[in-house]
This record gives sequence, C-alpha cells and structure tokens, in this order.
Amino acid sequence: MIKDNLFDCGHTACLGCGEALAAKRVLQVAGKDVITTDATGCLEVFTTRYPETSWGVPFIHSLFENSAAVASGIEAALKALGKADEVKVLAQGGDGGTADIGLQALSGMFERGHDVLYVCYDNEAYMNTGVQRSGLTPFDTATATSPAGKYSWGNEHRKKDIPAIAAAHGIPYVATSSVAFPRDIENKVKKALSITGPKYIQIHVPCPLGWRSKPENTIKIAMLAVKTGLFPIYEIENGDLTGVRKVSEPVPVEEYLKLQGRFAHLFKKDGGKDEIKKIQELADRNIKKFRLN
Amino acid sequence: MKTFIEGSRAVADAVTVCRPKVISAYPITPQTHIVEELAKIVANGKVKAEFVNVESEFSAASVVLGSCATGARSYTATTAQGLFLMAEVLFNISGMRLPIVMTCANRAVSAPINIWNDQQDSLSMRDSGWIQLYAEDNQEALDMHLQAYKIGENKGVLLPVMVCMDGFILTHSYEPVELISQEDADRFLPSYQPEDYLNPDNPVTMGAMVGPEAYMETRYLMQEAMENSVKVIEDVANEFNNQFGRYYGGLIDTYKLEDAETVIVSLGSVLGTVKDAVDSLREKGEKVGVLKVRSFRPFPKDAICEALKGAKKVHVLEKAVSIGMGGIVSSEIKAAFCGKTGVPEIVGSIIGLGGRDITVETIIGILNGSGDSSYDQFIDIKKELVEDPEPSDEAVAANA
Ligand SMILES: Cc1ncc(C[n+]2csc(CCOP(=O)(O)OP(=O)(O)O)c2C)c(N)n1
Ligand code: SF4
Ligand SMILES: [Mg+2]
Repeated sequence: MIKDNLFDCGHTACLGCGEALAAKRVLQVAGKDVITTDATGCLEVFTTRYPETSWGVPFIHSLFENSAAVASGIEAALKALGKADEVKVLAQGGDGGTADIGLQALSGMFERGHDVLYVCYDNEAYMNTGVQRSGLTPFDTATATSPAGKYSWGNEHRKKDIPAIAAAHGIPYVATSSVAFPRDIENKVKKALSITGPKYIQIHVPCPLGWRSKPENTIKIAMLAVKTGLFPIYEIENGDLTGVRKVSEPVPVEEYLKLQGRFAHLFKKDGGKDEIKKIQELADRNIKKFRLN
Repeated sequence: MKTFIEGSRAVADAVTVCRPKVISAYPITPQTHIVEELAKIVANGKVKAEFVNVESEFSAASVVLGSCATGARSYTATTAQGLFLMAEVLFNISGMRLPIVMTCANRAVSAPINIWNDQQDSLSMRDSGWIQLYAEDNQEALDMHLQAYKIGENKGVLLPVMVCMDGFILTHSYEPVELISQEDADRFLPSYQPEDYLNPDNPVTMGAMVGPEAYMETRYLMQEAMENSVKVIEDVANEFNNQFGRYYGGLIDTYKLEDAETVIVSLGSVLGTVKDAVDSLREKGEKVGVLKVRSFRPFPKDAICEALKGAKKVHVLEKAVSIGMGGIVSSEIKAAFCGKTGVPEIVGSIIGLGGRDITVETIIGILNGSGDSSYDQFIDIKKELVEDPEPSDEAVAANA
C-alpha cells in the first residue's frame, strides 16, 4: 500500500485521541524524506490494521522494547549506503515503550550518538493493552494495575523524569511539548531535525479512554496539565535549560484532576484532600525548578 | 455452587487461594485480565502478597526468580512477545530448579503482530525446562493452577510449571465454574517449604559457574526430574479428583478412543470442537476418537503410544509450526513411535494460526480426508493470498 498523505486521517484511533493529533503534527513537519519506526502500542495498532496503513512514509513496527535500537540500525544503514544526508530517521514510542521496557535501547541509542529523533507520545499509561500503569503514570493515578482500593490511592510512584535521563546522556537536544500547543510541536520537531545526533522530544497527549475524560476535553486537559505546572514545557540543549513555556498564573491542580476519571477517587475517598495536596506540591516543585512563573 | 465468571478472573481467584507471596507480571493481551484482577485483589487486601509492577517481562520473570529463590511461593503470567522476552530467564529459573508457576495465555507471535490465539509461543519454549500443561476449558485451567504448584514443588521434581490456556478463547470467555475455597485449597496444597533458598542462616550459592566437569550432570538431573514428574502429574490429578471430584486426565486423556480407527490428537481448547466433530461422526457409525495431550513437557511418550496403538490413522491438530520442519506435536509423536511395530499413519495438520477459526466442518473434513492437501500440512489456506505474488487491493480487502 502506498499513501500520498504522510499520516492519513483514515486510522482507527478513538475520538479525541491526543496521540493521533500529535503524531500527525510530527509527521507533517518531518516531511516525506524520513524513515519512521514505532514501538508496539496504540499508535502502531490504530495506524496499521491490515490491509490498511495510515503511513505515507516508510514505516516499520519494531517490537515493544526496541524502537530506538531498530532506528539505530536504520541510521547505520543510511550511513553505510551513503544516504544519511538525504533521509532522516524518526523513532517513535509510547510512554511505556520509551520509559519502561524500551529504556535500555533508548539509552544505547543516545550513548552511541545515532542521528535519530526519538519522539515519545506520553499518555501516561499502557493504553493499548487496556490502561495499566507505566513509569510515566503520575502519582495517585488509578489504572488497571494500580487500582485505587481500600489500601491504595492508585499509582504509588512519581512520574519518571525521562527528559532529565535523556539530557544526562549529554545529547544535543531534549524537549517536552504538548498536543495543546501544535505550533510548539512543529517548532521543536523542526529544530530537532536540523541538529545532528540523538534528539528526544516527549509530547504530552491525553487519552480519553485511559484518562476517563471527555473526548472534547483533550486539548483543554492538555492545556491544564501545562498551566498547573504538572507537565512543564521546556528545552534542554547540550545539557542547558534554554527555554521554558511560562505559566504566568498557575492554576490549582484540582482544576486539572477533576476533569479525569482516573483521579476521581481523590475526590471521593476520605483523605483525598491530603493526596491532592501532595500532587499540588509536585506541581509547585516544577514551577520552582523550571521558573515557570 | 458454580460461579459464572470470566476465565482470567477464575484463574486469578485460583492463584489467590494458592497463597502466593510474590506476584509480578507485565501487561500483555490477552493475559491482562488475570494480572489486573490480581492487582485488585492485592489492593483490597484479600491476599497478603507483594504485587510488583515491573517495567518489562524480563523483569517480571527475574522478580519471581529472585522471590522464589528467597523461599516465597511466586507467580507470574504472560504470553507471546512477553514469553519470548522472558526466554533467557526461563532457562535460568528451571536451571536453578525454582518451582514458579506461570500462566501462558497462548497467543500468536510477531511479525506480523497478531494478538489472537495459537500456541506458537509456549510450544517454542519446549526446551526451556518448564513443565507445560494445557487446559481444555476454564474449570480445568483454574484447577490446573493448584495442581501446578503441587507438581512443581514436589521434592522429586522442583521444576517450574507453565499452565497454558488459549488466549481469548479461554481467558476472555465466561463459563460457570466451581471456584475453590481457601480452606479446600489449603487442604490440597501445603505451604511452600523449600530446602534450599537464600537465607543467611544457611547460605547457599545459586547459579554457580559450572564447567565441563559437571554442567552435563545438571541437564541430566533436570531430565530425570522431568521423568519423575510423569508420575507426579498423574498422582496429583488423582489426588485432586479424590478431593474435588474433578479429573481431566493426567498426562493425557481420551474420548471415545477404545475402538477408534481414526484418532484426532490435540491440545487445549480446540478439543471441545473436536469432540463435537467426533460425536457427529460417531452417530454415523464411524470409528473416530480423541486423544488429549494435557502435558506437553514432560512429553507422555509411553502413554501416547499405548493409547494410539490400535489406531490406523492419527491426525494431529497443531496451532503452531516449526518452520522448516512442520508440525511440532506430530513430529514428537512420530518420534515416540520410532522403533515400534504397528505404527499408525500419523499426519500433522497446522490449523488455526493467528486466531483463524477452527470449525467442526473443517475437523470433519480432516477426518474424512476430504480437506485440500495441496498446502502441505496447512489447513484452510486462502489460495488467493499465497498464490498471487501481488494480490489486488480488492482481494486483500475481501480477506481482511
Ligand atoms: C514484550 C512485550 N510485552 C508486552 C507487550 C504488550 N503491549 C503492547 S503495547 C503495550 C502498552 C503500550 O503502552 P505505551 O508504550 O504507553 O503506548 P500507548 O498504547 O499508551 O500509546 C503493551 C504492554 C508487547 N507487545 N510486547
Ligand atoms: S486508547 Fe487512548 S491512546 Fe489509544 S487510540 Fe484511544 S485515545 Fe488514543
Ligand atoms: Mg502510553
């Protein structure tokens, strides 16, 4: 199957899927001279159901844990074949494929210095398999493997700081972005692709199914994640923080949490207020750390 | 009293009454409902266990390796890609003789990615030193977990056990089953009392460097333990029958086999359909019967040869293929008969890969010998997808 559009609208994602919107933006900017990989996950499943494909650029679904390593091989081949100047490599994965099972391969790709842009679509859980927690699931989120219960407030761990881990490899470009800010995605993908070496962009993408939110609220929720300070938007170039999206008047985290069923237990169970306070502290820490306001 | 419940939840319930101390698993379709249910059970305090949410199957297998080595009864579950990612650890677990129990929710393997049922995953792990048992229905699957711990933890065995149940067909189907009470489970399954485990009072070294002088003997002893398990599997099935009144066979089971001239051999949930096909042919007076392989490792060579010795023709239905050889189970049955006289004609039929439906009609066709034999051992191949090197989009779409 050959496609004219780089990322076709004929996919089977859910209504209001943040990941689909973000991937479309990324592909539009990357252009046609790109080879893409993708780890197992929603994106791969909703774009490649045989006999259809949504991809108008060469695309290879690796496995769940090795998108970055397969991309490394593609880049090596392009070099060996003398095509590295003409064709770029875009590796993709969900938060699980990136931060958990694929972290080793990602680290190897960074360390070896492959000329690859890796984009992580962060919807904060394993959505494709039915919403189980990942290393990027926020604190106190209820998922299928971190259910809220008599002895549990949901996920007990904090969101793993993958951008910091990426930056610690000394790679030239690390950034976060959000589907709420398509122009920001465009600018960052463009910039990243102009730099030689490994690049990492993590895009926050709400998932109505997994977050138990209304499809029409996807952008609003993504926006609130940024405005509360829970998902800071920034760039790190060669190890230095070079840009942040300012949040002039931070919004209290309740405004963000209350729109999502995955946090509903915080508003129902006794003691929920204290838990929300802990989440507010996480937001405040980000605001201070990145000087967001 | 029977409970109408999904297969995965029934298994989670059975695992709970086995009182595992450590559970670690990583989500993968169609295993997810089992571990989600266990996560819920632990979150609600119904069982005192550590539930370790890991970042990959490699770590899930490694966590239960560590916990079992420390003397705690341990459980994990996976399928397909997850099982393959565990492969290195699976051999390590059996080599250390750790009686972990795992559920494999059988599924096809990538590429192309396919989440539906066949048995390529577990059958590909046949040399890993794990006992492999295959369940025919949900009741058997849940009962098998109690049996599995008892078999694996037997002092003459000490091997890990993989309980294989067909993904979706069993894991996601609702059936009325007898759940097992904690009291009954405790009566059947004693607590885990390993002799050697990581313990400062009695230090042992596990996974030592063993050179040519003794490595072979470790394999010999594992083979011997597998041989020992042949009797233990039978005994445990009988003990279970005595206490619960349910029996599914030990290593094998048979159905209308006594006077059968043509026999179908298979594993797992397809046996239900096979029995329907056999019933309808029996009504027409045809001498057909069924042999169920319940234990694939240890492979019940003697029991199978004994059961099939009167048959003229044996059809083995296999939901997996050893590419470059053909059917896996049929090859092993042929090998089991090697050197014997009165050997029936044995044909392997590769069927139902990647979740393709297996109907009673197809099975009757195989039994009648009326199936299309032009695709070697593959049953129900779509000609238009394999013969035309570039099928038209329309042909492809019509078959999707
Ligand atoms: C080795 C292996 N383990 C587990 C799976 C099952 N699996 C497929 S996709 C997925 C979760 C994907 O989560 P994420 O990377 O966050 O992507 P999302 O679907 O959320 O976009 C899992 C657990 C697999 N395919 N391979
Ligand atoms: S489950 Fe979530 S990530 Fe997956 S397609 Fe639906 S909205 Fe998108
Ligand atoms: Mg995800």
